[in-house]
Amino acid sequence: MNFDPLFKPETVAVIGVSRKNDRHPANVIYNKLHLRYPVKVFAVNPQGGSILREPIYPSIADVPRKVDLAVIAAKAEFVPNILEQCIAAGVGGATVISGGFAEVGRPELQERMKRIAREADFPFIGPNCLGVYSPDRFDTFFLPGERLVRPDVGSVALVSQSGGVLVDQMVQFTEQSVGLSVAVSIGNKAVVNELDLLDYLSRDPATRVISFYVEGFGPNEGRAFVQKAQSCGKPVVVLKAGKTAAGTRAVSSHTASLAGDYAVFSQVMAQHGVVEATDASELVAYCESLSCYHQRIGNRMGIISVSGGHGALASDACAARHMEVPILPDAIQAAIRERLSESVRSIASVANPVDLTGSATDDDFVEAAQGLSRSPDLDCVLLLLLPYSPGLSLDLGARLSQVYQREGKPLIAYVPHESKYAMLIEGFQLNRVPVAASIEGAVLMADALRRCQSC
Amino acid sequence: MLTDAMHAIIESSRDMGWIMEPEAKRLMSLYGIEIPPYAWVRSHTEVKTAAEQLGFPLAAKVVSPKVVHKSDVGGVAVGIDSVEALTEVFERFCKIDGFLGMHVEAMARGVELIIGSVVDAQFGPVVLLGIGGTSVEIYKDTAVRMAPITEKEVADMVDSLKGRALIQGYRGGTVVSMERLSRLLVSFSHMVMDLEGQIASIDLNPVIASENACVIADARIMLAADGKA
Repeated sequence: MNFDPLFKPETVAVIGVSRKNDRHPANVIYNKLHLRYPVKVFAVNPQGGSILREPIYPSIADVPRKVDLAVIAAKAEFVPNILEQCIAAGVGGATVISGGFAEVGRPELQERMKRIAREADFPFIGPNCLGVYSPDRFDTFFLPGERLVRPDVGSVALVSQSGGVLVDQMVQFTEQSVGLSVAVSIGNKAVVNELDLLDYLSRDPATRVISFYVEGFGPNEGRAFVQKAQSCGKPVVVLKAGKTAAGTRAVSSHTASLAGDYAVFSQVMAQHGVVEATDASELVAYCESLSCYHQRIGNRMGIISVSGGHGALASDACAARHMEVPILPDAIQAAIRERLSESVRSIASVANPVDLTGSATDDDFVEAAQGLSRSPDLDCVLLLLLPYSPGLSLDLGARLSQVYQREGKPLIAYVPHESKYAMLIEGFQLNRVPVAASIEGAVLMADALRRCQSC
Repeated sequence: MLTDAMHAIIESSRDMGWIMEPEAKRLMSLYGIEIPPYAWVRSHTEVKTAAEQLGFPLAAKVVSPKVVHKSDVGGVAVGIDSVEALTEVFERFCKIDGFLGMHVEAMARGVELIIGSVVDAQFGPVVLLGIGGTSVEIYKDTAVRMAPITEKEVADMVDSLKGRALIQGYRGGTVVSMERLSRLLVSFSHMVMDLEGQIASIDLNPVIASENACVIADARIMLAADGKA
């Protein structure tokens, strides 16, 4: 199946627009595509008429151009027939927004759609979904644009069974300034499921990290998923819902009672290098760091701060994640100390964590970052930046990012996410160094690099 | 690969829904998994022969299609050190519902582990390694991997256990042979792949692991309700 029409359409037909109800899902979708996106959109409704001074075509066959994507928001019972018409009209694919299928106990209607699509090699997303959100390209969400929190274009793909969770995740990605290549709500996944999207997105040049919100896989689909994830060449991050759901197996054996559904899920993901996030904020942190670095690291962390307390907190957070903060060899300590400014040299601690003290300047931070990056005893360096420290400027983000570009050892920054520090944060993010809003978050980002095997 | 003899064991147990210990062990042995010598004693006259063949001390367990959990019905006896004692045990087991004989084998010494497998709906056959053997339900210290697994994955499983020191050794105590444990788990994981569709779960519990052996002291194979030969 060719999925390009689903994700990169130039022409879109919205089937099921209402002539009277502006708030009908199909109308919301039509309006946003018509007014805000670089696609050509056509409205379809058997009753004809007009919408926003444009014609409503009675059927997909009447649309005057070849349609890449049909967005179907008609009543469930009409959908199989509409799919057949789309196939006959040479449409490339569809997103079925409509609900009223397997999720309400009408699996036969969904099975019919599946058969129709499979026979014609016709891909469709849904039913019972929000569809696709592709920043600056198009979206099929029936949520008015002004209500949505809209992430920027970026390199993380987000796939979710639940539309509501997907929209919530988009808020978090936006808050952390992590951009998306695409967000997909797959709903009942009658035809297009997690496996298909893993396959498609692993070949999508705009996507560097593939993330999933999973409720459950179909029979043996979990096996195929982890096998594909392990070999797909891109980091895969998963957040599982329903961790506590009681297993359905009979517990006639010890093993069956010990290997509960979630225990199996979690450990099998780790076995195959899929990074499991335990909550939504972890998911965003993992996606941010894995979108910056595709290199697996060991567990030896370097830490630079201008406050001893921050260094100690970061060390504790590392220990909680089974990461070490080794004391640096004397020679490396001496080399770093020698390059610090005169006022800092005598009062800084350079053993690791490196404490540059409140007297530190940008130059001191850059020298320390360079020294730790060159130390063969470290795999990753955490930069704890306290922008209220008087000697540090907002240019430091961009300058420190250069250290990564020169030395190639992953750097992860912590900067309090306040609007007055935005330039410092952007200095990192625009130069592909991840920035956490908390010390714990920075450690999580490092942990993701340690756990990801496909990097 | 499953041979005809292995299929025959599965088929003969199909109606019961599970494979009794001697047959489960024979199935694994046919697959190439090392099983220590044992005897299936069905009559008084066989008691002495079994004791002579296996030596003391011995462990004995009831064989009955009606008894899945042997210790619940007093169907397990350990530390048996004479023919008289073994005879007594045999006579006691005779009274247990569905009695088909007594499974006798030499007592092994070492760390008690559980090795098991279930066929997971989403991931297919998975294998489990845990500390504690019969007390595993208390510690719940287990590692699970999707089958089949490699030697490296066995090492990862051991590393991930809280009680790994019991296997890797501490204060110069007994250490489990990683080579033996790996060999057992890797071939077990291949066996469960071949048995996918036939089985629901397998418990090897306990497995007594030491420096020079991993002895499968008990084995139970639960068959899939809808399995086909």
